[in-house]
Amino acid sequence: MQLTVFSSTLAFILAFIVGFGRLSKYRPIRTISAIYVEFFRGTSLLVQLFWAYFVLPHFGLELSAMQAGVIVLGLNYGAYASEVVRSSILAVPKSQTEAGIALNMSPTQIMLRVILPQAFLTMLPPFGNLLIELLKGTALVSLITLGDLMFMGAQLRITTLRTVEVFSLVLIIYFIIAYPLILGVRGLESKFSKGRA
Amino acid sequence: MNSKGVVVIEAAQLNQYADISAVEDKPIIRYQKVSKSFGDLKVLRDIDLDIAPGEVVAVIGSSGSGKTTLARMLMTLEQPTSGVIMVDGEPLWHKEVNGELVPADEKHIRRVRSKIGMVFQQFNLFPHMTILRNVTEAPIHVLGISRAEAKEKAIAMLNKVGLGNKLDVFPAQLSGGQQQRVAIARALVMRPKVMLCDEVTSALDPELVGEVLEVLKEIAAEGETTMLLITHEMGFARDVADRIIFIDKGRIVEQGPPRAILGNPRNPRTCEFLSRFRQQWISKN
Ligand SMILES: Nc1ncnc2c1ncn2[C@@H]1O[C@H](COP(=O)(O)OP(=O)(O)O)[C@@H](O)[C@H]1O
Ligand SMILES: [Mg+2]
Repeated sequence: MQLTVFSSTLAFILAFIVGFGRLSKYRPIRTISAIYVEFFRGTSLLVQLFWAYFVLPHFGLELSAMQAGVIVLGLNYGAYASEVVRSSILAVPKSQTEAGIALNMSPTQIMLRVILPQAFLTMLPPFGNLLIELLKGTALVSLITLGDLMFMGAQLRITTLRTVEVFSLVLIIYFIIAYPLILGVRGLESKFSKGRA
Repeated sequence: MNSKGVVVIEAAQLNQYADISAVEDKPIIRYQKVSKSFGDLKVLRDIDLDIAPGEVVAVIGSSGSGKTTLARMLMTLEQPTSGVIMVDGEPLWHKEVNGELVPADEKHIRRVRSKIGMVFQQFNLFPHMTILRNVTEAPIHVLGISRAEAKEKAIAMLNKVGLGNKLDVFPAQLSGGQQQRVAIARALVMRPKVMLCDEVTSALDPELVGEVLEVLKEIAAEGETTMLLITHEMGFARDVADRIIFIDKGRIVEQGPPRAILGNPRNPRTCEFLSRFRQQWISKN
């Protein structure tokens, strides 16, 4: 659970930094952001995890399973979420920016007061999906010996040998954690869509 | 030509124009040899146009003739390819440095732009804000006036356009005519010296056109705001405008008092446009 909270926070922050980075008027920033996104989307989460936990120590960077999990999940889902941020901002009609200019707003005011609030509404459903994906992704971290649900399930199974029951239970627990998240996202959506047809 | 593609013009050359105008009322808006191209498409060609303070100018012309582009350059939504636009004696897109006009920075453009307001064909209200916030947002954050004062002024303005009872409603809950009246209030509350209205009734159902035109007539009658009205409503243009300008293929072909242009057009292109327009009007009604 801690892992979910920390890594999703990191992913959320990265999503906005990189999402804006990809829309920057400066080419180097756009390029760096794009490389980051393509790298983390192009390689699998599991490989990234193993790499962070087992390979980085060889370069003198010793990470705990928890640290590796937070960083890799954060970077990985941050890459996906930055695409959500970018496309949602681009989806707000240009006429909204023009209305802001006609009221003599500054570019920052237009972004913060006009574009982002509308883009945020578009971001919520995909953000919710990514959060649920991330929650499921935490199971992978157990593969690198973090005491997570799947891992404990696997241990239980070894000691009790009741595979079906144990893994059903794991599934149900995941659902119990994920469902409030789904509800929460829905709640936020209806709150932010107030006034929209 | 400099890096931004704007022709650098000698200030001395600019002053020639200034001398001519000194005779008459100083114009609040002046287009000097303004041209605009989109790629190879020449949309406006060498536009020269002076508008006096408080004047109400209606712009007519067929679709694609460049009317919207003319207004958008003044609102800084489109950069002229060449030429100079002066607002209240200052170049809008340029700055004078050592007697030369060079492209202006964002700060200069914002300062000069503060004198201009615009109402769009599609209203462009902020859909995530209530009507009241649509109208108070810019006064609070751009003009920096207090929330209480902004609210008071917004309510007064919304009352003026007949929507004082819709403060807490969102734009999507209003009819097109109501939304456009909010957009007018939102622009007016910034106290622009010049208001640009680009076919503000074209997106409306016919029965909602009247309420919006009434509001504009009222503002025009007050005589405080200079207005540039792009319109296909000839009756409206005749009633409110001091001058009508006919644009054809990116040029001002004919201009004059409404009665002259609508009643007795001289240019064959104007005649053709107006007769085509009348036929459409007759077949519609
Ligand atoms: N951003 C743009 N890019 C390319 N062409 C444009 C753009 N805006 C307008 N045009 C073209 O410029 C011409 C004049 O357009 P506009 O000023 O909107 O005319 P009007 O308002 O009189 O109908 C049209 O041919 C239009 O297609
Ligand atoms: Mg137009």
